[in-house]
Amino acid sequence: MKDSTTVLVHAKGLQKDYGSGEGLVRALDSVDLDVSRGEAVAVMGPSGCGKSTLLHLIGGLDRPSAGQLSVAGQRVDGLSERALAFFRRDEIGFVFQAFHLMDELTAQENVELPALLAGFSPNEARARATTLLEEVDLADRARHLPSMLSGGQRQRVAIARALVNDPAIVLADEPTGNLDSASAFQVLGLLERLHANGLTLVIVTHDERIATTADRLISMRDGAFVDETHLTGGSHGHLGTFAEWERLS
Amino acid sequence: MNDQRTTGVMTQQRGTRRQGIRGRALLLSRLAASDLRHHVAQAVLFVVAIAAATSVLSLAFALNGVNNNPYQQTMAATNGPDVVAQSANDPYTGVTSPADLAALMQLNHAKGVVAHSGPYPIVGENGPVGVNMASTDIDASVQVEGREPGVAAVDQPKVTDGTWLRPGGVVIERSFAETANLRLGQTITLNGHPFRVVGFAVTSAFRGFPGNSLIWATVATARRLATKADPISYISNLKLSDASPRAVIAFANAHSNGLQQNKGGPVDTTTPFLNPWTAVAYDDSSFLRTDQAFLFTGTVLLGLLALASVAVLVGSRLAEGTRRVGLLKAVGGTPGVVAATFLVENLFLALVAAVAGLLAGWRAAPLVSKPLADLVGAPGAPPLTFVMVVGALVVALAVALASTLVPAIRAARMSTVSALADAPRLPKRRESLMRLSRKLPLPALFGLRLVARRPRRAVLSAASIAVAVMGLVAALSIHAAVDKKFSHFASSGGLVNPDVPRAEQVLTAITISLVILAALTAIFTAWATVLDARRASAVTLALGATPQQVRAGLAMTQVIPALPGAILGLPLGIGLFKVAGHHLSGFPPVLWLGAAVLGTVFVVAALTSVPAWIGMRRPVAEMLQTEGA
Repeated sequence: MKDSTTVLVHAKGLQKDYGSGEGLVRALDSVDLDVSRGEAVAVMGPSGCGKSTLLHLIGGLDRPSAGQLSVAGQRVDGLSERALAFFRRDEIGFVFQAFHLMDELTAQENVELPALLAGFSPNEARARATTLLEEVDLADRARHLPSMLSGGQRQRVAIARALVNDPAIVLADEPTGNLDSASAFQVLGLLERLHANGLTLVIVTHDERIATTADRLISMRDGAFVDETHLTGGSHGHLGTFAEWERLS
Repeated sequence: MNDQRTTGVMTQQRGTRRQGIRGRALLLSRLAASDLRHHVAQAVLFVVAIAAATSVLSLAFALNGVNNNPYQQTMAATNGPDVVAQSANDPYTGVTSPADLAALMQLNHAKGVVAHSGPYPIVGENGPVGVNMASTDIDASVQVEGREPGVAAVDQPKVTDGTWLRPGGVVIERSFAETANLRLGQTITLNGHPFRVVGFAVTSAFRGFPGNSLIWATVATARRLATKADPISYISNLKLSDASPRAVIAFANAHSNGLQQNKGGPVDTTTPFLNPWTAVAYDDSSFLRTDQAFLFTGTVLLGLLALASVAVLVGSRLAEGTRRVGLLKAVGGTPGVVAATFLVENLFLALVAAVAGLLAGWRAAPLVSKPLADLVGAPGAPPLTFVMVVGALVVALAVALASTLVPAIRAARMSTVSALADAPRLPKRRESLMRLSRKLPLPALFGLRLVARRPRRAVLSAASIAVAVMGLVAALSIHAAVDKKFSHFASSGGLVNPDVPRAEQVLTAITISLVILAALTAIFTAWATVLDARRASAVTLALGATPQQVRAGLAMTQVIPALPGAILGLPLGIGLFKVAGHHLSGFPPVLWLGAAVLGTVFVVAALTSVPAWIGMRRPVAEMLQTEGA
């Protein structure tokens, strides 16, 4: 645990605007959100409803136009670009739909990247990457370039990369959106295990089947929360265990 | 998956985290290396552009010492003097009095002098017209030094062809003989007296042509050639016990007529004029100084062109690497780290370019500095000096920094979210250009609108063309001026200074380098534009444009900035010629200048049509799916 408080993410009146004047678009409209430690939260909604914007703000990829945001006890909304970078490397792990691996680096080098940025020695970064690649069952693919890996393998490399600096929270933006069912099951199974070990997860998804396995499901429309459901079938150990995937496994 | 192990690893990871630069250094070098592996062509162009400038600069510096070797070899071969002393003479009549001659002879036995030859009579040195030499080809004013047929103790000219003096014969200093197109056995006249050319020789006592037009004849002949208007003076060649530059300069200063006059003290008018070997060696390298002037000018031009080329390269790399920047930021890269990835890579390339240019310039120096015919021996490799190394590094790093800084800062400031989405920089809409483009044919319309999207790239393209045309016009101007001067000399039977065409060749070589670099830049910029405009091209094709129209439009993106760039290069080139034109005057014909401008634009159009053609070979559907503007 990073600290003793229960709430890891606290957002109050969070707002994000793009453009100005007549061209102003409010992507996020006064959102309030608390995410507890160890919780798995799924965010759903149609395209353009502000899901990814919310994820970007929590992860410090973007700054809110208004409102307050704290993550792991740290106010994030007023941080400088440099401080946001430190925040991302220390507290956040990202998993993207498009993987966003560096094509010219091997799987191992991709996983090492955040550790090296964080100031770990080359040996330590290599050790962490090796361990995590073993954890995601890709030890034998460590020296492969992303182009030599399947979609599921790439996403597992991305998850290993997200974990290498031991983040407080992992933010996943459509993590299975580019994967076939079998690969999606593997990735979800991996996330489930991480969640079971106490990792906090916020997952943006279009897939109701994934969403219903989280602890809490938030529905969004037009930049605002329109529904919030606490799910009994969520934590822990049920993420990704619905029938079809069990059958595939 | 071992859950306990995962948790344990995480706990251990937190405990062992520490800040260190070794990891970041590894990361930066790894990113730089991988990026270079994937952009070999751009890296090569980057290095070539900067190395061209640093090599020319290094060459200019290297020429400083490259002629020392031939001079020293000539000095050794002729037992050349450390100091040449010339008798004083009457400032009005030029006549050397017995007292002047006595003072010169006294110097032969001065302290520090270990050997001497002379005094030898010399004619044509002090008179207003000199001794007239006539051959079948030319009339020229020459100096005639009287010598004995035997071997002198100091400064015995080295015969390179024929023989040393014999009665009725003269020996011609080799560089003058070559310029005057004289042949062994030929008969020439000196002040109307016929003599047979029996040999060619070199000496380290005097600078050759165009500094002097020296002929050796017997002492009796030299005396006979003297006239009232052109009286005899005398030369002594002195060997000193210490021939080091400091010692010979000190000796010359201590005994020189000129120095006593400068001191303002009582002047002994019989004191001879002294010329140490260091001064002769310096004069002998004067032809290199013209080359150097052009080379330094070329360095500035190539540096400017490299700046434009590299800025286009780095800018296009940033456009290609947007997602990479976003990824680096998403996993915790600070703006400083992002900027550093650009700087490290480009500064490394700049260092490679500096070293490559330095070595190329250094090695080329002996080839460029082929000594004139007044010396024997080959030019040696000059020493690698501190100034050369620092100069090459400063130019390379300055060009790399200046061209990388803006893209690096832009990358550091880039929004992480839009970078991850690889969203193109939104082009600015320029109403006036849009209105203008509507009235143009489709290729021009398409090209103009693409240019309007990336104005900085267009400005850099125009700048590179302007620099190339500037060099081209300056070279054409010098060619024209030299041709004019030569034809004037030739028609009057005069001799042409060989330094000028030689320097002209250097400028031509620089201009060719400029044109090649500008061409490469145009091709690369066109390719960057083709990639940048893939989606726009595909949409235009989907709407009914023909591939030929789109290709022509893409080529127009380079032609449009090339035209003002070439026109701007005209006055800049003429200005450059005025500043660095070696005091030449005259302009090339207007036809040449027009051809330079139009030719440049046509060449750019031809060159850029190739990447446009390659870029348009992909199916429209595939291009429509490409992420792009």
